[in-house]
Amino acid sequence: MSGPPTLALANVSKSFGAVRALRDVSLELFPGEAHALAGENGAGKSTLVKTLAGVHRPDSGQVLLGGEPVTFAGPADAQQAGVAVIYQEPTLFPDLSVAENIFMGRQPRTSLGRIDRKAMHAQARRLFERLGVTLDPEQPARGLSIADQQLVEIAKAISRDARVLVMDEPTAALSGNEVARLFSVVEALREQGCAILFISHRLDEIFSLCQRVTTLRDGAWIASEPVEGLTHDDLIRRMVGRDLDALYPKQDTTAGEVALQVERLTREGYFTDVSFQVRRGEIVALAGLVGAGRSEVARAVFGIDRWDAGSVTVAGRPLPAGSPTAAMGAGLALVPEDRRQQGLVMELSIERNIGLTGLRSLRRGVTISRAAERDRARDWALRLQLKFGRLSDGVGVLSGGNQQKVVLAKWLATEPSVLIVDEPTRGIDVGTKAEVHRLLSELAGQGIAVLMISSDLPEVLGMADRVLVMHEGRLTAEISRAEATEESVMSAATGRAA
Amino acid sequence: MAKVLRWDVMVGVLLVAVFAGGSFTSPGFATIGNLSFALGDLGEIALIALTMTMLVVAAEVDLSVASVLGLSSALVGALWDGGMAIETIIPLVVLVGALCGLVNGLLVTKLGLPSLAVTIGTLALYRGLAYVVLGDKAVAQFPREFTALAVDDVPGTFIPYPVALFVLLAVVVAIVLHATGFGRSLFAIGAQEQAAFFAGIRVKRIKLLLFVLSGTVAAFAGVVFTLRYGSARADNGMGIELAVIAAVLLGGVDFDGGKGTLGGVIAGVLLIGLLRNLLMLNDVSTEIQSIVTGLLLIISVLTPRLITALKPALSRRRTSTDQVGPESALKGSP
Repeated sequence: MSGPPTLALANVSKSFGAVRALRDVSLELFPGEAHALAGENGAGKSTLVKTLAGVHRPDSGQVLLGGEPVTFAGPADAQQAGVAVIYQEPTLFPDLSVAENIFMGRQPRTSLGRIDRKAMHAQARRLFERLGVTLDPEQPARGLSIADQQLVEIAKAISRDARVLVMDEPTAALSGNEVARLFSVVEALREQGCAILFISHRLDEIFSLCQRVTTLRDGAWIASEPVEGLTHDDLIRRMVGRDLDALYPKQDTTAGEVALQVERLTREGYFTDVSFQVRRGEIVALAGLVGAGRSEVARAVFGIDRWDAGSVTVAGRPLPAGSPTAAMGAGLALVPEDRRQQGLVMELSIERNIGLTGLRSLRRGVTISRAAERDRARDWALRLQLKFGRLSDGVGVLSGGNQQKVVLAKWLATEPSVLIVDEPTRGIDVGTKAEVHRLLSELAGQGIAVLMISSDLPEVLGMADRVLVMHEGRLTAEISRAEATEESVMSAATGRAA
Repeated sequence: MAKVLRWDVMVGVLLVAVFAGGSFTSPGFATIGNLSFALGDLGEIALIALTMTMLVVAAEVDLSVASVLGLSSALVGALWDGGMAIETIIPLVVLVGALCGLVNGLLVTKLGLPSLAVTIGTLALYRGLAYVVLGDKAVAQFPREFTALAVDDVPGTFIPYPVALFVLLAVVVAIVLHATGFGRSLFAIGAQEQAAFFAGIRVKRIKLLLFVLSGTVAAFAGVVFTLRYGSARADNGMGIELAVIAAVLLGGVDFDGGKGTLGGVIAGVLLIGLLRNLLMLNDVSTEIQSIVTGLLLIISVLTPRLITALKPALSRRRTSTDQVGPESALKGSP
């Protein structure tokens, strides 16, 4: 690492009102390094990224480009300087082709001034070759997986000669082999001299991809150090500032009677002939790649979508297709995958969100009892150790982890007998993640049947009594806790014979 | 800050200002007789605004209300002309209004069409039907005991019967909207329909019910309109959907759904009514009145957005941090 860093922050501070989002933070990104940025939600990672991307200007301190101080007047300036940011969920123009998305506004032209499609497609192909991936430049962006969309974004960045690639939680929505492909692309870019800043809540990824890691806590710089020689626990201690109880604390419980029975369930085009059962006190994980049909099964069981064939039975009673209201009545609860669209009404307050699943039980005469609504919210907020100002605050001001707790509160308040959780810890910080795991374990201990969809393999292996694996819409394996390993789950998930 | 900038409160203040200004500049304005007339003249708009509020809170809209009113009026005329008793006509016509609403509702909930487009279509369709029913003619000579119900004041007050009915219904709608589970559902649907559905709320059923209610109330308003003017015509109430929506938006209901109070809407209705009355007293032409309604509509959509845009700048000066982390504070400041 000789020579000046490609991009650096020197003693940068940034405040929003009284909130000090960054305090005297320094960071150096050298050519050819993958540098991880670690920290809990609210530690200041997003502010740092936005400062690099030219969205925020520091209150004090400097941004240095190749050792020279620069001021980015806006994101366009940062892009011009070779800083590209890849977000978790890219926003491409769905009706344009992959190549058109890459060269938007800079399309190669023919001598007549028309867009030279041939040249554009050839250039796009060369870009993908450089990245070592195969994507068809002529295919429309609509229908691309999130992983492929990210690759298009990366190709776009490379085509603009980006020298710094900031990746803000790129893997959160990816499945195992998509992550592996992304990593090989990052590796290729690194070898070509790019500097990579990589943000992820999954510590394994930081260890396998990055050479150095910078940790932030409460807006302050804690450490920048080589990854080699660090342990998971070291990193967690830096992020949280204390030792954490073990993640994945699932205790052994004795499974009770069958609470949820799914029999040959089929929804055409999504999943076929899915049968399984979950007993009281059990945590059953539904593993598989993104797009294998796991969330779709959960949605159908809960009545969000109709199924075409098969049956769902809760505590011995058949459930009608396509009615969340009936599913709730039977004791089912679904903590959905998309917190912002499906889990919460972001405009409403914490108490209104928690009350939304109990509009009947909160009724006194014809009207809703505000006192009962508040009690319900307070009760669950305390039980889940929610960090909040007032219960009447909008749920939008909470951090991701706390929002997830509100979704859990909203559903636990219905006292379900079967709890389905879809990616319960996606995008939330380590501390809250441990709390969610402890909570799920406790709930199972109280005799609730838990069905957990998760793309986080350590979570699946640590939490589940049994692992069901789906591949392309079918259940391909059922693996007991004793037999479940990363290899056995992944081989079933990728369709290789288990 | 939040309290002072609350839109419905501001409309209330504006209402007082218009009232004060009106009584100062137009001598005939602040008299019992005129105010009673102004209120009565507002009856149909006010009634329809109640159901429109619920629809807009749930992020839907019904633009066909004035045409349902016209169709209802034409039916009253045709049936009365045909010799049917008024006591039979009224429930029959209200039922037709419910059917009109049902059609709107089914097109929106079963076929998933946007209500804006559907009800622009039925706006034309229902008005056309009104002309089919009654043509260009006007039917008058309704019995005095019925027209009296639409014009006379409740004995001992200066409140016309339709206004009294409005007050009664407004109380009911206020309770439903702000204190019942049904009302909570409407706000949730309007703000984030998917999350409402995931929470077990029967979104489609509720929307269908809202459209049926909207049609029913619009048809009833058509009966009131017909009796108040003593004249049934196919073109009755042409264009009042704009006044209704202006009143609802002026009252602070967000056109995108999920926000609003009935108190604000009532202030909005009164404000529109008083302004129309003032303009009429000052012999301002109907063209200008239409321009004023249009401007009010645009202002009421624009202003809350300006306030939202200004809020972060204002709140930056506050110093309360509560337990909000740096990144979540960020989301508040675009």
